[in-house]
Amino acid sequence: MERVPILKIGDILLVSIQLDMSDQTAVALQEDLAERIVATGCHGVIIDITALDIVDSFVGRMLSTIASISKVLDAETVVVGMRPAVAITLVELGLSLNGIRTALNVERGMELIAAAHADELDYQLDDDPDAETARP
Amino acid sequence: MTAGIDLGQPQAQSVRSDEDVVRVRQLVRAVAVAVKLSLVDQTKVVTAASELARNTLVYGGGGSVEVTVVDNGRRKGVQIVFADSGPGIADLDLAMTDGYTSGGGLGLGLSGSRRLVDEFQIETSTETGTRITVTKWSR
Repeated sequence: MERVPILKIGDILLVSIQLDMSDQTAVALQEDLAERIVATGCHGVIIDITALDIVDSFVGRMLSTIASISKVLDAETVVVGMRPAVAITLVELGLSLNGIRTALNVERGMELIAAAHADELDYQLDDDPDAETARP
Repeated sequence: MTAGIDLGQPQAQSVRSDEDVVRVRQLVRAVAVAVKLSLVDQTKVVTAASELARNTLVYGGGGSVEVTVVDNGRRKGVQIVFADSGPGIADLDLAMTDGYTSGGGLGLGLSGSRRLVDEFQIETSTETGTRITVTKWSR
């Protein structure tokens, strides 16, 4: 079985799916990513599907599952690079990709993750009682 | 891989494993390109084929797929037959409902793939299994 490589770039894990995945490969990617998120402590996952010429219900479900798993592990997932024909087909198939953040390309995906992580840090600061008392 | 396809003959692919589902997708894409379907229509028919081939494997216990170029005099198209000798579908209306699944899937395979093709025909029996024929025509 082939495996999809996972690259670490700073605080982000980047997955660029370049092959026509069998269902087993998709499931393996799910597990590999969960392990890498925990091992690296990364706060963002970008899944680049530019090279995928279809997304069927199995791959769609895999993307949703990865988003849910990474959320539980304190990481944000963004799916980038969906082709127009794939988007049209997904909608007609009835797949809504609930809970998945998308961006047009890797660069915008990185911005989205940076923004989400900054929001979260702000929120944690607000929650910190010491931070509260320090304010005038 | 696609160079050796003789479009005058039906192309057969057995469906016994995950990798065979990938092969079905590649075969259907090659034929869809050859009959000059638009990119969106190629994507739709390959996606439908992926869903139905997976059903053949998971619910039908494996089977076979046959891809044929059809011509109605005005347009060309891709016709795909998915056949298994599995347990058949007990309640077809229910199985065709969005979101219904007897397995662990999303319940979009049958209902969703019907929306992606132009013609969809299903014959199923508890004795002989299930046979689904779909057609996508060029515009």
